[in-house]
Amino acid sequence: MNSSSGSVGTERTAIRTHEVRRHYTMGQSVIRAVDGVSLEIAAGEFVALLGSSGSGKSSLLNLLAGLDRPTSGGVIVQGRELSKLSREELAHYRLHVVGMVFQSFNLIGSMTVAENVELPLRFAEVERSRRDTLALEALERVGLRARHDHRPSELSGGEQQRAALARALINRPQILLADEPTGNLDSRTGTEIMNLIREFNQQLGMTVVMVTHERVLAEKYAQRMIFLADGKLVDEQIVASAAAPGLEGRQP
Amino acid sequence: MKLPDLTELALRNLRESVLRNSLTTIGISVGVASLVAMLSLGIGLQQLASRHLEKSGLFDTVIVTSRRDLRHNGREQNNSEPAPSESPTLDEAARAKMEHLPNVLEAYPDIRFITELRFEDKPHLTMVSALPESMKNNDAFEGMAGQFFTSTNADEAILQKSFAAELMGKDSKRGIDQYKAADFSSLLGKQITMRYAQRQAGAPVPETQDEKDVDELMDVPATAYSVVSREQKLTIVGIADLDPESMRGPTRGKVFLPLGLAESLHVMQPTDLRAIASSSSNQPTYSSISVRVKDPKQVESVENAIKKMGFNAFSILDATRSLRQFFAVLDLFLGIFGSLALAVASIGIVNTLVMAILERRREIGIMKAIGASDGDVRKLFFAEAGAMGILGGIAGVALGWTIGHVINFGTNIYLKRQALPPEHFWAVPWWLVGAAVAFAFVVSLVSGLYPAGRAARLDPVQALRYE
Repeated sequence: MNSSSGSVGTERTAIRTHEVRRHYTMGQSVIRAVDGVSLEIAAGEFVALLGSSGSGKSSLLNLLAGLDRPTSGGVIVQGRELSKLSREELAHYRLHVVGMVFQSFNLIGSMTVAENVELPLRFAEVERSRRDTLALEALERVGLRARHDHRPSELSGGEQQRAALARALINRPQILLADEPTGNLDSRTGTEIMNLIREFNQQLGMTVVMVTHERVLAEKYAQRMIFLADGKLVDEQIVASAAAPGLEGRQP
Repeated sequence: MKLPDLTELALRNLRESVLRNSLTTIGISVGVASLVAMLSLGIGLQQLASRHLEKSGLFDTVIVTSRRDLRHNGREQNNSEPAPSESPTLDEAARAKMEHLPNVLEAYPDIRFITELRFEDKPHLTMVSALPESMKNNDAFEGMAGQFFTSTNADEAILQKSFAAELMGKDSKRGIDQYKAADFSSLLGKQITMRYAQRQAGAPVPETQDEKDVDELMDVPATAYSVVSREQKLTIVGIADLDPESMRGPTRGKVFLPLGLAESLHVMQPTDLRAIASSSSNQPTYSSISVRVKDPKQVESVENAIKKMGFNAFSILDATRSLRQFFAVLDLFLGIFGSLALAVASIGIVNTLVMAILERRREIGIMKAIGASDGDVRKLFFAEAGAMGILGGIAGVALGWTIGHVINFGTNIYLKRQALPPEHFWAVPWWLVGAAVAFAFVVSLVSGLYPAGRAARLDPVQALRYE
C-alpha cells in the first residue's frame, strides 16, 4: 500500500504543495491559516485532510481549488503552478480541472436542480441541447434524475448534496475537492454521499481531497490521512483498511 | 457565457426580486418618458414652425430680378461702362423658361404698385398687389372673411383688414389688432374703383372696354409708348387678416387683385421707364418674378439655375439657417432637461445592482467556485442592467408618447376654447423611439459598470463565507 502510493506520487502527482503559506491580517495580528505545508497527492488518490476547526484544512483546500492565492510557497496541480495563473486562467482551472462540494451544498436557490447542475456547462459555453443531456446523465449517476426540475429547497439535505456532486462532476474534472461533505447530514445520508464519492474515486479515477474533522469517516474511505494543526502539517497516516482500487468489493 | 444564457439568467435574476427591479425599471421609464416628451415637443414645435413657414411661401420661393436693372441703378453716373445689354430682360419668355426648370411649380410676375382707390367717392392711396391662384392655400388667407377670387381674371379684390378699417373710417393706426377680419364683412360685395396708369405700346388704344375711361396723361413719342389713366371697378370679395408689414412678396400690400386681371391691365410700374429706355421690344417686362419651388430643399438648385440664366435670384433660405440653429439649441436644452430624470434613474440602477450584489454575494461566490470567470460575473450584471434599460426604455417611450398625446389633446381643447385652430405640435419620429431605447440601454450599461466591476472582483472565499 505504502509502496504503491509512493510510486504513484513520483510518476503521476496530481497535487503538490511546497511550503505553502496563507496568512491573513486581522487588524494588527497576523493569522497563519496555512503555515508552510508541503505535501504530494497522487493521481487517483483519496486523501482526507483532518484537523480541528481553525486548523487551516479548509484554507488549504481553497488554495488547492484556486479560490484563494497563497501568501507564499507554491501549489502545483497537474503541472500548473496556480500562483502564476491569471484570474481568468484560475477560473478556467476551477471550471475544468477541479470540482467542488461543500458542507452547505451551495446550490443556487433560484434555479432548479438541473439548472444548478448544468451551470458550469453554461460557463464552459456548451450547447444547450448537449447541456440538458449531460445534466440528466450526471443526475442519473447520483440517483436524482426524477427530481431534476425541483428547486433545492424542495430537496432533503442528502439530495441537495447529491445534486452538488452531480454539478461537481458535470465538467469531468480530474480532481474532486470536498469540504466537509457530510457535515450537514445525518450518518445514513452521509454514508450514501461518501459511497458516491468513493465511486467517483474508484470508477472514474478522480483524485479526491476531502476535508473532514471525523476521523472515523476518513479511516473508512480515505487511503491517506493528513493531519493539520495551526496551519501546519503535523502527521500523515496511510489507512490500512482503505480499499485500494479493485479491493472495494470487500468493503461493507 | 453566451448571450442567450446571459439574457436568460439576467431575466431570471430580475424576476427573483421583482418589486425592486420593477421600481428601478419604472424609474428608467419615467426618465426616458421625460426625455422623449421634451424632445418630441421640440421636434413637434420645429415641424409646426416649418409647416407654417412653408405654407407662407417664404421658403419655397425664389425672387428673380433683372441684372440689367441693378447695373443700371448702380452705374448710372458711370457712362463709360458698357451697357448691360448682355443680361437678358425679365419678360414673358424668361418667365416661361423659368417655369420649365425642373422642380419649379410656377413662376409668376410680381405686380405691385401704389395707386388711388375710390370708395364711396373718397380717394384712398394704397399699395395694390396681384396674387396668383396658388396663394389660395397660403395660410396668410386662412382666417379671411369672405372668399378667395373666383377666377384669376375676375374683377374682384381682397382687402387687407387695416385698409378695410380705413375705408370704414376707423383709425387704422391704432389698435388694428383689436379688429378681426370678420368685423368688416359689411364691405363684402361692395364696389371699389381703382384708378391706375396704363402703359400702352404704340398708339393709345381708344375706349375698347366701356368700363374704362381713357384720359390721356402723357405721351412718350420717341418709343411710341403712352401712359393713360384708367379706372377699373372691383367687387370686394374678401377681407384678409394678414399683416402687410410682416410678409414679403405678393402678400405685401393692402389691396389684392387676381394675377390674371392685374396682368391684363398693363399697369404702369416703376421699372417701366427703365425698360422703355433700354428695350426696343414691344414685350412687357417685369420688375421681378416669383418662382415657386416644389420643395424648400430644391430652392438652392433652382436659384443656381436661374442665376445661370443671367438673372439675380434671391431666396430667404439663408435666413432659415438661424431658425434651424434656434431649434437645435432648443432641442439641446429640452434634451438636457429630459436627461436629468434619466440621470436620476441611472443612479437607481446603480443602487439596485449594488443591493443585488450584497444579496447575491454567496451566489456570486458559488458561481466563481464552480468556474465562473470575472468576466462571466461582470457580463451577468451588465446583462441585468441592460435588460432593465431596454425594458425601461420601451416602457418610457410608450409613456412619453402617451404623455405627449394627452398634453396635445389638452392644449387643443384650450385652443378650441380660445377660438384658435387645433395644432399638432407633438411629434415622436421613429428615430426618436429607437434612439431613446438605445440611449436608455447605454445609460443603464454605464450605470452597471461600477456594480458589475464590483461583483466581478468579489473574493470567492469571502463571498462563500457570507450567509
